Amino acid sequence: MTATMTPYRPPQQAGRDGFAQLVHAEWTKFRSLRGWVIAMVIGAVLIAVVGVLLPRGDSQCGTASGAACLAQVPTGPGGEAVNDSYYLAAQPLADDGSITVQVTSLTGMISAGNGGFVTPNSPPPGTLTPGLVPWAKAGIIITAGIRPGSAYAAMMVTGSHGVRMQYDYTGDVAGLPEAASPRWLRLTRSGDVITGYDSADGKGWTEVGSVRLAGLTGTVQAGMFAASPLDFTPNFPTYSESGGSTSASVATGTFNDVDLRGGAAGGRWAGQAVGATGANYAGPRIGLRQAGRRFTVTGSGDIGPVVAGMVNSSYDTGTLADHLFGVFIGLLIMIVIAAMFMTVEYRRGLIRITLAASPRRGRLLAAKAVVIGLATFVLGSAAVAVAVIAGSRIAHNGGIYVLATGWPVQARVILGTGAMLAVASVLALSIGTMLRRSVVAVAAVVVAIVLPYILGVSGVLPASAAEWVLRVTPAAGFAIEQSVPQYLQVIGHYGPPDYYPLTPWAGLAVLCAYAAAALGLAAWLLRRRDA
Amino acid sequence: MWTIGRNQLRAEWTKLTTEPGTAWILAFLCLLTVAVGAATAAVTRCGAGTGSAVDPTRVSLTGIEVGQAVVAVLAVLVISGEYSTGMIRTTFAAMPRRWTVLAAKAAVLTAVVLAVAVVTVAASLLAGRLLLTGNGITAAHGFAVVSLAHGPTVRAAVGSVLYLALVGLLTLGIATIVRDSAAATGAVLGVLYVPPVVALFLGSDPAWQRWVERYTPTNAGLTILNTTGLHGEVISPWAGLGVLAAWAAAALLAAGVLLRLRDA
Repeated sequence: MTATMTPYRPPQQAGRDGFAQLVHAEWTKFRSLRGWVIAMVIGAVLIAVVGVLLPRGDSQCGTASGAACLAQVPTGPGGEAVNDSYYLAAQPLADDGSITVQVTSLTGMISAGNGGFVTPNSPPPGTLTPGLVPWAKAGIIITAGIRPGSAYAAMMVTGSHGVRMQYDYTGDVAGLPEAASPRWLRLTRSGDVITGYDSADGKGWTEVGSVRLAGLTGTVQAGMFAASPLDFTPNFPTYSESGGSTSASVATGTFNDVDLRGGAAGGRWAGQAVGATGANYAGPRIGLRQAGRRFTVTGSGDIGPVVAGMVNSSYDTGTLADHLFGVFIGLLIMIVIAAMFMTVEYRRGLIRITLAASPRRGRLLAAKAVVIGLATFVLGSAAVAVAVIAGSRIAHNGGIYVLATGWPVQARVILGTGAMLAVASVLALSIGTMLRRSVVAVAAVVVAIVLPYILGVSGVLPASAAEWVLRVTPAAGFAIEQSVPQYLQVIGHYGPPDYYPLTPWAGLAVLCAYAAAALGLAAWLLRRRDA
Repeated sequence: MWTIGRNQLRAEWTKLTTEPGTAWILAFLCLLTVAVGAATAAVTRCGAGTGSAVDPTRVSLTGIEVGQAVVAVLAVLVISGEYSTGMIRTTFAAMPRRWTVLAAKAAVLTAVVLAVAVVTVAASLLAGRLLLTGNGITAAHGFAVVSLAHGPTVRAAVGSVLYLALVGLLTLGIATIVRDSAAATGAVLGVLYVPPVVALFLGSDPAWQRWVERYTPTNAGLTILNTTGLHGEVISPWAGLGVLAAWAAAALLAAGVLLRLRDA
């Protein structure tokens, strides 16, 4: 008797060769190597701990210390920290009206060899020599009040940037391109809308801009002003935060034919130094003088946003990026593991078993990329969140004014830096796949990703070279850490770690482009070569 | 235990030169270093500020910052390559005196690195001289031109050759301690590249910053490249190179002790 035996077959589970199973398999490989998991966690802990520890701040101001020193920091209508110190000669303007002037000259003095501020009561320690800083400014202004941080709009002549209309500290619009002197400037007020005009002859007027200023209600101040920010000389050639010297300066504007319409009858021009505490640095020549119909106004200080790096503020400022120093150490550890995630498969021939189980090689690489990318993103984002949120709070309590701490910026910095770590890890995985040997792959990823960052930020390169390094290498991705905008109308050392040559998303895009190209090349090589 | 004979050196020399990667790594060391130095020189202009702040020799030798990573790879492979293939057991069977093995490896590695570094540094300085002169960084504008008649430049040239050799020895020590090739590479590059950035971010704490700049291998060792602004440095050039030498000696000593104590 013959009977056909059907061999027993276990019921096939559906979807055993699906992508999810492949990712699960790679995840198991990843997490079962205890050394890797420990190293990854150490990397994340370093990011968090370093961010919390540095920098803490130890401000002293009079009898107070720490965060109490920051009570005086004026903030503009947009909530940002501002400098608001200048000399104002103004009259009240109760309702709609306009002010028109002819600016006949703008001259200035720069304190030679003096790094400090000039205070109202003391002459500058250095000698004053004639000279104009690029953003010395004199012109006309309509402001809600003399309290620092008030809403305002102004038309002005500047040291070397022509006629500008500036408003509410961050707004800046260029006037007519030709730099004829004298200039005629006009501001009109209609409710809370201020319109600025520029003219080369006093007859034909060109509108420069029109802005609606919240909070400009009731009686406002209209008049002439002068301000001159600190002169800044960067320490050529470094691009790092370490370089630059500042010196005080004053600017003098000469005005003719001042015509205020809508003011009180017989009003007199009253001069006063605005913002005379803290960041104000008014010199002995500061003030308003009148000779017939001619007025001269001399002032010092600046009306504009505070930028990072202590160039234009008298208190310590910081940014979220200051707390992200640990990121590059964490990155170093994470990309080494990401490269090894592939190279160890080659060391003991595990790759042949892996490829036998999953013959579609491109999908294998994709699964590994998903695992390493997600792991670094989650760990990295969590660590950066601790560094940024706790670190900036501790810095604030120590008396450092941390700029731009709104939640959209924080969220972008936290998730963006996590994404940067993830994309860099995928790049490292791809390089590991291409090179296959651990030593060479690890060295290559460090040289390609971490070294350019070091060269870019550490000041060993000349400024122009460092800037290019942070534009064209994978280290451009660090730009995602930048949390404060760069203002063209404020001079500062716009270098890392606070500022990068590319915008945050453009920098991350450069890193993504490298990762995508490397992943594509790695997939192609993986398919083409024998294992 | 310190006797290194010709045979030990010959054995290590044969192992190093018959490895197919060695020639490529050395060629890459030379090319990468010269290319990075030349690229830096090409984009260096005399800018608005005080021009004498450009150190032409240091700019020409920027490639050393990158080249040291390649030296590290070579040095890791010299020892970790043997651990990953099990070759180390054959080596110790043939040469049971482990200090001798380490000393022979160090000697051969140093000889090879020195030879290639001489060519690399000479080519970097030549490229830097040509490119910087083309960019107006000339004596007429108050710069110290890259020239072997200039004492500090010669010191920087000799010093950077020694620097690369010492990085090789430091790496050999660390790699012998760590043994695993990938972990050793990561550890060495961390030792070389993390302290410079740590020093940068310690700006709010000058005492610690000074300490890091003085006593870490890269910060101290690379002061040998400076030819201008020496009074502003926290450590003198030769003392800086001495710090690196001390690190290398300490690493090799620890490596030798562990090599004797541990199983292969």
